[in-house]
Amino acid sequence: MATVVTVTSGKGGVGKTTSSAAIGTGLAMRGHKTVIIDFDVGLRNLDLIMGCERRVVFDFVNVINGEANLSQALIKDKRVENLFIFPTSQTRDKDVLTVQGVEKVLNDLKGQGFEYIICDSPAGIEHGAVTALYFADEAVVVTNPEVSSVRDSDRILGILASKSRRAVRGEAPVKEHLLITRYSPARVERGEMLTVKDVQDILAIPLMGVIPESTAVLKASNTGTPVILDEESEAGMAYKDAVGRFVGEQRAFRFMDVPKKGLFQKLFGAAAS
Amino acid sequence: MSFLDIFRRRPEASASIAKERLQLILQHERAGRDDPEFLPRLQKDLLAVIGKYVAIREDHLAVSVQRNSHSAVLEINIELPPKM
Ligand SMILES: Nc1ncnc2c1ncn2[C@@H]1O[C@H](COP(=O)(O)OP(=O)(O)O)[C@@H](O)[C@H]1O
Ligand SMILES: [Mg+2]
Repeated sequence: MATVVTVTSGKGGVGKTTSSAAIGTGLAMRGHKTVIIDFDVGLRNLDLIMGCERRVVFDFVNVINGEANLSQALIKDKRVENLFIFPTSQTRDKDVLTVQGVEKVLNDLKGQGFEYIICDSPAGIEHGAVTALYFADEAVVVTNPEVSSVRDSDRILGILASKSRRAVRGEAPVKEHLLITRYSPARVERGEMLTVKDVQDILAIPLMGVIPESTAVLKASNTGTPVILDEESEAGMAYKDAVGRFVGEQRAFRFMDVPKKGLFQKLFGAAAS
Repeated sequence: MSFLDIFRRRPEASASIAKERLQLILQHERAGRDDPEFLPRLQKDLLAVIGKYVAIREDHLAVSVQRNSHSAVLEINIELPPKM
């Protein structure tokens, strides 16, 4: 059975595309046949983050309009077995994704044996974001520890609970996962940033991971490599842990504290820090 | 960090203010989430009708739906100026 997973947030720029690329890649690395679909029509960034922008010929919108078939549009990743990218188009007409069109594409993907279908949602709470979450079985709610992001995540949780197909049909609710990104332990320690516990208290859904603010993310996007493949980086390792938790494993949380300094460094470390 | 920072009390952390503000606003927003979509339009129409007879301020007319397990009540509160 295929699982449709929507990566969503309400607010823009919080790390949805970064996380979709990392989670999709992580699931494929674990042996699951996975496709990541870019629902952000008009912007189209997933192909860049995945490093396959020069291989895009046909896209999601072409397939929905019947101008190409699935196998022409799906891009097979060259690094990871079982991983496919489904880019979107840069058309300005954002309403081209119809519910019927999307449903047909998802059914065809399920027919091709995909186990995970990751939907990278556009920002906002309008048509595009609602279409991206409509068919979700599970949702990854990406949140930065910051007031507007937390508030928007709360609204998205409200929409999942009222407008997803599962909600409309009265089926079992969409399974929700909280993914906190761009977390800065040093700023949390100084009281400048909401803590993981604060965000969890407010949103009250299970925590699948905490991704630290990391220069490795920018470096990965520069080279078109999902950051989870940078196994040396804290962000890469944190995404690996998050994917493990997503599939039900117990993993201790890492990279959430500032490395402890000794008393000597506290007293005389000013010059160094 | 300087030598004295270790002994200095930190000012009220802005993160705790953020948490409090979020809890308040979300409590309010969650309560209104199940409201029918026509409520804002109904409020506007009511304002127009009542405005024909008496001048009232927009924020003096509140429309809400109160629910319990077996019924829903449309509650309309209109505050009038003291002298009419
Ligand atoms: N953990 C992180 N550390 C540092 N920068 C990050 C992190 N996660 C995301 N970013 C940066 O934030 C920006 C927005 O990320 P993106 O994934 O495109 O967000 P969205 O898809 O939600 O709009 C990008 O520049 C990305 O490199
Ligand atoms: Mg994006």
